[in-house]
Amino acid sequence: MTEHVQTLLDATALGSIYALMAIGIGLVFGVLRLVNFAYGQLIMAGAYALALTNDRPVLVSIALCFGVILALSLAMEFAAFRPLRRASPTTMLVATFAISYLLQSIALVRFGAIGKIVVVIPELNRSVTIGGLHVRWITIVTILVAIAVFAALTAFLNRTSIGLQMRAASIDSQTARLLGVRANAVITVAVLISGVIAAIVAVILPMAVPERLLVGPDFALRETIIVLVGVVVGGIDRLLSATLGGFTMGFAVGALSGFLPSSGSWPFTSSVYLDSAVFMLVIVVLLLRPEGLFARGRRTAVERV
Amino acid sequence: MGAPEPMLEVEGLEVRYGTVPAVRGIDLAVGRGEIVGLIGPNGAGKSTTLHAIMGAVRPSAGEIRLAGVSIRGRAPEQVVRAGIALVPEGRRIYAELTVEENLRLGLCGRRARAGAEEAVEGIFELFPVVREARRRQAGLLSGGQQQQLAIGRALVAEPDVLLLDEPSLGLAPAVVDTVFEALRAIRERGVTVLLVEQRAQRTVALADRTYVMSNGELRMTLGPDDAHDTGRMVAAYFGSS
Repeated sequence: MTEHVQTLLDATALGSIYALMAIGIGLVFGVLRLVNFAYGQLIMAGAYALALTNDRPVLVSIALCFGVILALSLAMEFAAFRPLRRASPTTMLVATFAISYLLQSIALVRFGAIGKIVVVIPELNRSVTIGGLHVRWITIVTILVAIAVFAALTAFLNRTSIGLQMRAASIDSQTARLLGVRANAVITVAVLISGVIAAIVAVILPMAVPERLLVGPDFALRETIIVLVGVVVGGIDRLLSATLGGFTMGFAVGALSGFLPSSGSWPFTSSVYLDSAVFMLVIVVLLLRPEGLFARGRRTAVERV
Repeated sequence: MGAPEPMLEVEGLEVRYGTVPAVRGIDLAVGRGEIVGLIGPNGAGKSTTLHAIMGAVRPSAGEIRLAGVSIRGRAPEQVVRAGIALVPEGRRIYAELTVEENLRLGLCGRRARAGAEEAVEGIFELFPVVREARRRQAGLLSGGQQQQLAIGRALVAEPDVLLLDEPSLGLAPAVVDTVFEALRAIRERGVTVLLVEQRAQRTVALADRTYVMSNGELRMTLGPDDAHDTGRMVAAYFGSS
């Protein structure tokens, strides 16, 4: 019993990380109609910043991680997204693929294929015992941080003028501009907030997920792909549904990896089952609710001939 | 009475969609404090003219001036800040947002930060229904209420010139009265108005001057007295000259 609760708690923490990434991707999609495939490489760059400054005070290291990711986010906006503002969504998506592979290649050339250990706050790896459950502090912190980020972002979107402009631009950017909303300013703010969230993920991910203790060129790549699927499964048109989609995917991955057999001879090991099971669920959801699992209303999918 | 100084001037405006000309070199002027109408059949180029003024479509030739200063080539958000606000066709209300949030979006186009609350209050006085419904989702309002909200949203920017694209479209006759009444009140506040409409007779009767547009060109100019000259109205619409 406690074992199952433990698995569900870990799954919630993993879901929280995926939800954070979904917020970061969903926010930029809202204002730009751009799926940023390179989002994972922002996180990768931040993780390298952490790994290369392991010997520095932890706050300096974290500040550098934020600095690198925010600088890279702005560079993407000004060098790629802005010149492609009037390009088709396909062109922009392909551009983010290019950026993604460019950054991975730079990491490979500069730092090699062998991962570097990321040490952030080792104390968070200790666990507390609550009613027979051994819970790592990072699990609790991850869940609380995700809740805090979501609450702060909701307050920002609902209570501030720039937040209102961001919501309006997400719904109908042409009308927003005709009302005087400065599209570029709103997009830059969205890109920066998305970068802050990427930095938070970069700090948490190496501590929360044991397989991500090492940062290599493909760091956060798998997570990005699963989150992108989650965002579509949840419903990419709204931030809440996209976030819930990300959370669901993370939770499903976490729970299934806990409950599926973890031993067995090749090919029947847990990781093989895992992807098959997760993507089987994705197919079922998309067949039943093509508009998104958490999408509001009955908006039908685009008809194709 | 001499002609008022020109507030909005359009000279030799041409707009093409690809190779298809939508507006073929038109000249029009709206004097300070005037209401000028622009009528004509669907596809005449009326909305395109408004979009070109707003900077939402790029003219291939011509000049657009606000109070003597060229605004051609500016982005919509800059045109709004220069002092021109648009009430778009189909109202384009944000249905998911509240009435008050819709109004507040209009504040983005203000030139001065000060006086925003007074501007919102002014809209509540002009359109009491907007005040009553301010906490409701805008999508729940009736068509007429949404139109009042759309006009209010443009007016909180306190523009010098208000452009309206078919504000009476799809409204019941009694509601159309409300909209036209509001336009009179807006003129009394000193706002210059360029009104694109399909309701020819009412527009001609209200406006100081009404241009008839057809096939991308201005065909004739009507005065308020022509509103009851059925022959001229029919001629204006069916293009016999």
